[in-house]
Amino acid sequence: MTLSFTPGGSVSEYLHRYERNELLRFLTCGSVDDGKSTLIGRLLHDTGRLYDDHLKAIENESKVHGTQGGALDLALVVDGLKAEREQGITIDVAYRYFATAHRSFIIADCPGHEQYTRNMATGASHCQLAITLIDARSGVTTQTRRHAFIASLLGICHVVAAVNKMDLVAWGEGRFREIESEFLDYCVKVGIAGPIAVPVSALTGENVVTRGTNAAWYSGAPILELLEKVRVDHASPVAPFRMPVQYVIRPSLDFRGFAGTIASGTVKAGDRVRIMPSGRETRVRRIARSTEDGGDLSLARAPQSVVITFEDEVDCSRGDVVSCFGGSTETLVAQKFECDLVWMDETPLTAGKTYLLKCGTRTTPARITRVRHCVNVDTLETQQTDALALNDIGRIEIETEQPIAFDPYRRIHGTGSVILIDRMTNATSAAGMIRTGDASDAHARRAHWETAAAPTLRAPVGQSLVSTAAREERWKQKPLAILLYGSSGSGKTTRAFELERGLWEKGHAVVVLDGQMLRAGLSRDLAFTEEERSENLRRASETARILLDQGFVVILSMVAPHAEARWRASDLIGSERFMMIDCSDNNSPDTAALLRMVTAKIG
Amino acid sequence: MQLTHLDILEAEAIHILRETAASFERPVLMYSIGKDSTVLLHLAMKAFWPAKPPFPLLHVDTTWKFREMIAFRDAAVAKLGVDLRVHINQEGVRQGISPLTHGSKVHTDVMKTQALRQALESGKHDAAIGGARRDEEKSRAKERIFIFRDRNHRWDPKNQRPELWNLYNTRLNEGESIRVFPLSNWTELDVWLYIHRHNLPVVPLYFAKPRPIVERNGMLIMRDDDRFVLKPGEKVVERKVRFRTLGCYPLSGAVESDADTLEKVIEEMLLAHTSERQGRLIDHDQSGSMEEKKREGYF
Ligand SMILES: Nc1nc2c(ncn2[C@@H]2O[C@H](COP(=O)(O)OP(=O)(O)O)[C@@H](O)[C@H]2O)c(=O)[nH]1
Ligand SMILES: [Mg+2]
Repeated sequence: MTLSFTPGGSVSEYLHRYERNELLRFLTCGSVDDGKSTLIGRLLHDTGRLYDDHLKAIENESKVHGTQGGALDLALVVDGLKAEREQGITIDVAYRYFATAHRSFIIADCPGHEQYTRNMATGASHCQLAITLIDARSGVTTQTRRHAFIASLLGICHVVAAVNKMDLVAWGEGRFREIESEFLDYCVKVGIAGPIAVPVSALTGENVVTRGTNAAWYSGAPILELLEKVRVDHASPVAPFRMPVQYVIRPSLDFRGFAGTIASGTVKAGDRVRIMPSGRETRVRRIARSTEDGGDLSLARAPQSVVITFEDEVDCSRGDVVSCFGGSTETLVAQKFECDLVWMDETPLTAGKTYLLKCGTRTTPARITRVRHCVNVDTLETQQTDALALNDIGRIEIETEQPIAFDPYRRIHGTGSVILIDRMTNATSAAGMIRTGDASDAHARRAHWETAAAPTLRAPVGQSLVSTAAREERWKQKPLAILLYGSSGSGKTTRAFELERGLWEKGHAVVVLDGQMLRAGLSRDLAFTEEERSENLRRASETARILLDQGFVVILSMVAPHAEARWRASDLIGSERFMMIDCSDNNSPDTAALLRMVTAKIG
Repeated sequence: MQLTHLDILEAEAIHILRETAASFERPVLMYSIGKDSTVLLHLAMKAFWPAKPPFPLLHVDTTWKFREMIAFRDAAVAKLGVDLRVHINQEGVRQGISPLTHGSKVHTDVMKTQALRQALESGKHDAAIGGARRDEEKSRAKERIFIFRDRNHRWDPKNQRPELWNLYNTRLNEGESIRVFPLSNWTELDVWLYIHRHNLPVVPLYFAKPRPIVERNGMLIMRDDDRFVLKPGEKVVERKVRFRTLGCYPLSGAVESDADTLEKVIEEMLLAHTSERQGRLIDHDQSGSMEEKKREGYF
């Protein structure tokens, strides 16, 4: 539904509605000429974001510069004049804005030129969703795969392929399905949960804002509807509280407030917290706010900017992280880290060099102790290297001068992301995602998984007298684990059993491991804390691994609320034979689509 | 309680203001009295409450501002108890620079752009916070939130840094300074909505009222004082007008309007999206505020 104001309507009602809009930030990417500008122009146009005379100007421009034989060329909405475009000095992310009756949107429009990695990583760091354009005539390209890989690296949970120019392939379902399955497969391979493909024509607008008649076979939602419905979790209620301290506010001797932006979770007055990295403990006294602004808050959540005061006179300053209290939920503290990096500087990274590392609000010198590898984004192969050049993606080890409080990026973006700054030029040289740190007191929960994954403790392989090939031959399938997760009532179990029946009917060898089943026996000793849920998922994953090694398809249906535990499950089972679907997400594939995805993958 | 888009934009702007205060020696907030500045100032008050913002406000006065703007500025500053510095290019005053005799280009350059430079240099300000938004016009869509300026206050588009997450790289090279735009991600509607939600006072010139108007070069100019000398054939007529953007009075075109309340002003803006009549009547904020910013010497 568009957010238009009808003459004579009530302004206050309109504002009241607009005021309640949520925010979704998404990025658009694609190769040159896939139709990205046209798609954005279409979104802005069809949601009434353009002034009438702006539109007039574009109509006139279209006659002169347009690519559509004088007809309205919506690409000009964002591209400006051709002349301007051809000069194209800055190849940079452009930000654009529009709103509907449900949400406000910020588009990070990432150009698909040679600087795509740096641009896309920059855009992606602000976004919850990515739309990648695919020209229906050319299908999934190297560029598409790169986009999916970067989206997954930056932890974007929703990835949508807009299969564009469907009008040029006569809206053929066959062609679309071919592209869809290739795309979905690749997303699963790089660890993106619940990717979606939509057949569109940015030119005619079909399936962008409204459905058309040409793709009756497509039962999913048009792009805008996806954008309006996709879940945006700014603060998952189970996420642990983190607030990097930005500024200490001290107007008088009797007020000492700690200002910052909440990076994760929620905080209430009275909460027990720890100041990291020192580990000092205190309680939150107030979430202070002026009376004109409504007075103190009883609760605040990410990403609000707040001022908190503590019960005690604890030592706390800019750079520290206020963390929730309690064992496994606290931040970790370390000085040595393993990081994924996107290199953004003309000057390559070299091992041994010291940069400034900014994590949260802490900036500290940090030395690159080792370059592990560089990833070939086209093949996903890793290559040994000791340098990273502009637009390279690699993994490094880094050691900071001071200990810092952090979380793995996969778990909490706000305390797991870093930038590296060149000390000579002050350039922003890299974007980094912390994988792990050598936190000495890492909690037992992690130790569980780590021990499990330690190669020395791996079950011996190759003892069975039945070969993998023989198993594939017998069951006519490749083994695969499908994790259906989501809150109770989201339909995981129902879907798990429907999927089982579907696979069964096609003659597959399939096993269901449902949370309830495990709780009844194998995990009878576990309760429902984060740590125990994580352990439950670990046991399920270990069981799945054994079954997978013997050729089965395994469907796991579990609540699995913690992203980190899910990633660990993926690592343990092996991401190439693992996929996960968020059943609480309204846009997740239905059983039929799921069955199609799974059969394509195991067939 | 789900956070709304405005909550998130507010949080982001406050984050940027605090990051600026924490990272620079002598920041300053460029206060131009208009609606964006009003929101910016409110956010600065909020970001450091219960303390006052740890930086002064700077108003570059061209000496040709509407009298109502100056009155509003002084009242706002007195009410909030903030430190305002007013800078006038005295050299320009000595030369008698006027938009009426020297034209808008010279006037803007001397009294705004050069004046701003003087003020930033004499105050040794390493960071200047402004209220520009990316949606103001197409070419701003790629602007950073922290924009670097070289020693000569020049902007090199190729030398801007990528901005990732909310991790701003605020390190300056020798002689460099920075412009900071906390409202980058706000739209015009967001600004009005915020003013409406928080009941923030704005300069009355935004609201329609009968005012003494002279028509010149197709623009409706308000004769704010007698420095504005009438040309032969011109006469002052009382017309009900308001202003969409505020600057020097001889350079600001008024629009005829009945919008005398905030809601009506917002209504007019909303209708400009759809109605041709209104679209013609009301000049674009797009070009209007860009003009304003250019005059302000922001870019
Ligand atoms: N037939 C057809 N042409 C399209 C469609 N979308 C875009 N185009 C055309 O493809 C060309 C490139 O589009 P543009 O939006 O500039 O691509 P970009 O480089 O990805 O931004 C233009 O001539 C568009 O008019 C579509 O859905 N169908
Ligand atoms: Mg384009």
